Amino acid sequence: MIGVISYLVFFATTASILAIAVLGLNLQWGNTGLFNGGVVAFFGAGAYGTLILGGTPQAGHLGGYGLFYPLALLGGMAIAGLVAWIVGLLTLRLRHDYLAIATFGVAVAFENLMRNAEWLAGGAKGVRGFERPLRDALGDGFTYNIFFFLVVLVILIATYLFLERLVASPFGRLLRAIREDEEAAQSLGKNPARVRLMAFITGSVILGLAGGLYGTFYAFVSPQDVLPTLTFQIWAMLIVGGAGNNRGAIFGAFLIWGAWTASGWALSRFAPIEAQLYTGSVQFILIGSVIVGMLMWRPHGLLPERLVVSQRGKTPSA
Amino acid sequence: MPEAVLEARGVTAGYVPDLPILHEVSLVAHPAQITLIIGPNGAGKSTLIKAIAGLLPVSAGQITFGGADITHIRTDQLAARGIAYVPQTDNIFRSLTIRQNLDLALRRAGAGAPARLARLLEQFPALADKQRDKAGTLSGGQRQFLAIAMALATAPKLILMDEPSAGLSPKAAQEVLEHARTLTRSGVSILLVEQNVNQALRLADHCFILAEGRNQIDGPADALLNNKVVGEIYLGARRMGAA
Ligand SMILES: Nc1ncnc2c1ncn2[C@@H]1O[C@H](COP(=O)(O)OP(=O)(O)OP(=O)(O)O)[C@@H](O)[C@H]1O
Ligand SMILES: [Mg+2]
Repeated sequence: MIGVISYLVFFATTASILAIAVLGLNLQWGNTGLFNGGVVAFFGAGAYGTLILGGTPQAGHLGGYGLFYPLALLGGMAIAGLVAWIVGLLTLRLRHDYLAIATFGVAVAFENLMRNAEWLAGGAKGVRGFERPLRDALGDGFTYNIFFFLVVLVILIATYLFLERLVASPFGRLLRAIREDEEAAQSLGKNPARVRLMAFITGSVILGLAGGLYGTFYAFVSPQDVLPTLTFQIWAMLIVGGAGNNRGAIFGAFLIWGAWTASGWALSRFAPIEAQLYTGSVQFILIGSVIVGMLMWRPHGLLPERLVVSQRGKTPSA
Repeated sequence: MPEAVLEARGVTAGYVPDLPILHEVSLVAHPAQITLIIGPNGAGKSTLIKAIAGLLPVSAGQITFGGADITHIRTDQLAARGIAYVPQTDNIFRSLTIRQNLDLALRRAGAGAPARLARLLEQFPALADKQRDKAGTLSGGQRQFLAIAMALATAPKLILMDEPSAGLSPKAAQEVLEHARTLTRSGVSILLVEQNVNQALRLADHCFILAEGRNQIDGPADALLNNKVVGEIYLGARRMGAA
């Protein structure tokens, strides 16, 4: 029994962390129309950043600054934001497909940098030597995992509320206006390039937050954690859940992560031994089919975007 | 003649490099006047408006606004300086409510926003009743009024209007054009592109005719209204149609 619960806690923690990432992507794609094909670069920047800033001293690569955990996490987010700022300045003038390709390239470059620059982040061995916060007080067992899950859950809810308010704010309105008609927005004195950059950075900081939590959860990050697979999974979650809808983003994260985990389990249990080697590939085919099916039959996702209808009696804000 | 509010001199511009649509086009607009641009489809009227609005790169020539060079200034910065542009199509945000559209345009108004909003709603009663509706549900005429209201919300000195009467009933078209006239009484200048040549010429002060991306004739609107050549090219068919 405790085994099942502890597995559920483990599952829910991972799903919640991924849900935060999907929320970040939703701000970029769902609300702003920015096709970020390099999700893992920002997720990874947050994970690496947090572990390097908050970790114990390391031989041979950067790190061991042992910062107070919240500062390390904020630092990871800031690094993700910084990467987004640079990438955004260089690529945001590109339109959908080109932006997707350019950001995908950035993510591959990021992975390769992490894999090869040993002095930076340990290369293929990754970054270890991270003490999970409050571990001394709570130990390593079930209590700790419950505690960590609750912290992640609170952060997920806070992120959700923040984004809901952002989308309903004048800034959110501006995002929708620019997505709908850029020239008209420009002629009203809006600067689409700047607004898009802000949305891109904000979304990437949230991706970095998810990455930081992910790194904290495993107390380890390596180039294996920033493979294009993860970008693909996070996109699947958003598309299935419903781009433009924050609840859909969270729902999609739990659903796809559930399906991913369940299919992995089912394959390892029931598939013939010879097929087991290919479990990962089969999972990809399944997820790929789900995405294609969704795009064909339910392109707006399970919870489609709700366009805010009215804002009663509010005076225009300055 | 008072100082020009807008002046284009020898403007060459287009959508792609090395393929100019406009060839050394020149034009002057004076304060509190309606300056009309007419010409056949594809003449380059919208292109000229977009080049002035900073939406297209100008490869030669100069555009000045209130004496200052604005040839290479970005659209949003021009808006801040007092040039509003009402595009020919897609000039409102359909998925936002009417109120949200106006709020968006009022963002720069700061503390003056509520008063300015009240004034606009008074000016456009049709919009006042529908503030909470999606702009996409408005009729064609109402959309044009919303687009004009949004332009006015930025407190412009010059409004660039690209065929505001397109697709409207004759009555609605007349209303929109007459509204443009009333705007000039408050000191706003208007650069207007129109296909309703006859109606527009009656309201406008001065008129430029473009064809194939080049200046043709220009002159005071009433003179062009009685000009034989212009009459034959632009007004004849309409007079016959109306008869
Ligand atoms: N986005 C664009 N890209 C490339 N060429 C364009 C574009 N828009 C217009 N053109 C070309 O520029 C020329 C002038 O078009 P423009 O829209 O300025 O004409 P117009 O005078 O406004 O016509 P209308 O009365 O039909 O609105 C046309 O030959 C057109 O094909
Ligand atoms: Mg046109």
